[in-house]
Amino acid sequence: MFQNVGEILMLLWRTAWALPMTWRQRRKVFDQLFEIGNASLLMACLLSLFIGGVLALQTGPVLAERGLTSFIGQIVGLSMCRELAPAMMAMLIAGRIGSSMAAELGSMTVYQEIDALRSMNINPIQYLVLPRLVAISLALPVLVVFSILIGWLGGAVVSVYNYQIAISYEGYFNSLRDGIDLIDVVNGLFKSAAFAVVIGLVSCHQGLHTIGGPRGIGRSVTKAVANSIILILILDYFLTRLLMHLD
Amino acid sequence: MNATAQQGVNLRARDVCKSYDGQRVLNGIDFHVERGEVFVLMGPSGSGKTVLLKHLIGLEVPDRGEILIEGQPIHSPGVVDRYRLAMVFQSGALLNSLSVADNVGLYLSEHRLHPPETIARIVTEKLALVGLKGIENKLPSELSGGMKKRVSIARALVIEPQLILYDEPTSELDPLIAVTIGAEILRLNKRIHVTSIVVTHDRELAFGIADRIALMNEGELIALGPPDQVKANPHPLVQRFLQADFRFNPESITP
Repeated sequence: MFQNVGEILMLLWRTAWALPMTWRQRRKVFDQLFEIGNASLLMACLLSLFIGGVLALQTGPVLAERGLTSFIGQIVGLSMCRELAPAMMAMLIAGRIGSSMAAELGSMTVYQEIDALRSMNINPIQYLVLPRLVAISLALPVLVVFSILIGWLGGAVVSVYNYQIAISYEGYFNSLRDGIDLIDVVNGLFKSAAFAVVIGLVSCHQGLHTIGGPRGIGRSVTKAVANSIILILILDYFLTRLLMHLD
Repeated sequence: MNATAQQGVNLRARDVCKSYDGQRVLNGIDFHVERGEVFVLMGPSGSGKTVLLKHLIGLEVPDRGEILIEGQPIHSPGVVDRYRLAMVFQSGALLNSLSVADNVGLYLSEHRLHPPETIARIVTEKLALVGLKGIENKLPSELSGGMKKRVSIARALVIEPQLILYDEPTSELDPLIAVTIGAEILRLNKRIHVTSIVVTHDRELAFGIADRIALMNEGELIALGPPDQVKANPHPLVQRFLQADFRFNPESITP
């Protein structure tokens, strides 16, 4: 485990060192961005709609009992942008995109494509890892913005149509506007960018260190997703503490 | 291409040892290859030929010993940038997400050596050289094993290498194409004096193209010299390997 962490940090360092080459790899960055958006946007929206809805459904009746329904917009809004949207989108992307990155790089490793690149003096970090890491770091915060907006909408629909809550759209969004600052959204985006780097690094690292045949690729994919999710949740705690401290 | 790029390099493997999980795969390999020489490595499967090839191009680092190109260790800074090295992998190792043209032109486009139109022309030329035409836009998944191998050879030729390593260049090829590939190895050698190291089981190819042949067994060199000298080597493993054939006596085979 500690060896893996060391290797992942080395990969981060080498990718950061290759960052000035991003413009040269822009076509691959766009391809990756398209793939991430195409594969995840619809699912992200659907997931967020229901997360917002469930959040309203769980908290709304309790608030209504105490005559506090005017706070439901704030609760759904803050939970979505500070915590749920970044964490849930990161887990979704770890499952959908992280797994695909690990599988693709794993297959390239097993079938000697990485060796072929190195034999042509083409740096696999620049050619393969850099575009993926840049693309996922750009795409995840954008997905989180969508997720926050759709999550708020999901919360609004449930708050309006659930008979135990029965608040107006206007009341819900007024409450949301009163309770949310731009800094709350920025906090969520900051977290999501950090999660994106973790997913990209862990998935690329697992892919590049794949050994064995198809079974090895499967093992790398599983480890990439599991390790990404574990690291996201651990990092989430520390980032939350840091951001609360900064607030 | 500049003048220095069109000449081979000399290579030396000095006491190269490598183990994986405690199992010794290369054991004190020591030989040199002269500039422009065609050096053939033969040996039974699992004798360490491909692992040695990976060491020779710098993809693996030996546990002990070193690989020298023009007298400089291959892993010292700048050596891989200074000399053009290419390898033809046994499986082809084409990038599956790229078209044939993009695969063949990858070295030129990534190192920005020519404008795209020139790269396209060079790619077409090299593909024609290995007997492939009109497949530039196909994906590797649409090609047969033999075609992938030829595309891989075209990809190596594009580099105009000073040292080219072939891992089983004629496996999966029909005899006609295999002969063409053998001739192409020699032609390249004559034209730009490239140093060639060929790993093969194909005895006809080996004895047809080699200036010198090395025979490996269990990670060690057991014979090394010009083809005639290797043929005459009395070592029992050498003789068994060189004389193995498919002429079975049907009565000696029991179900």
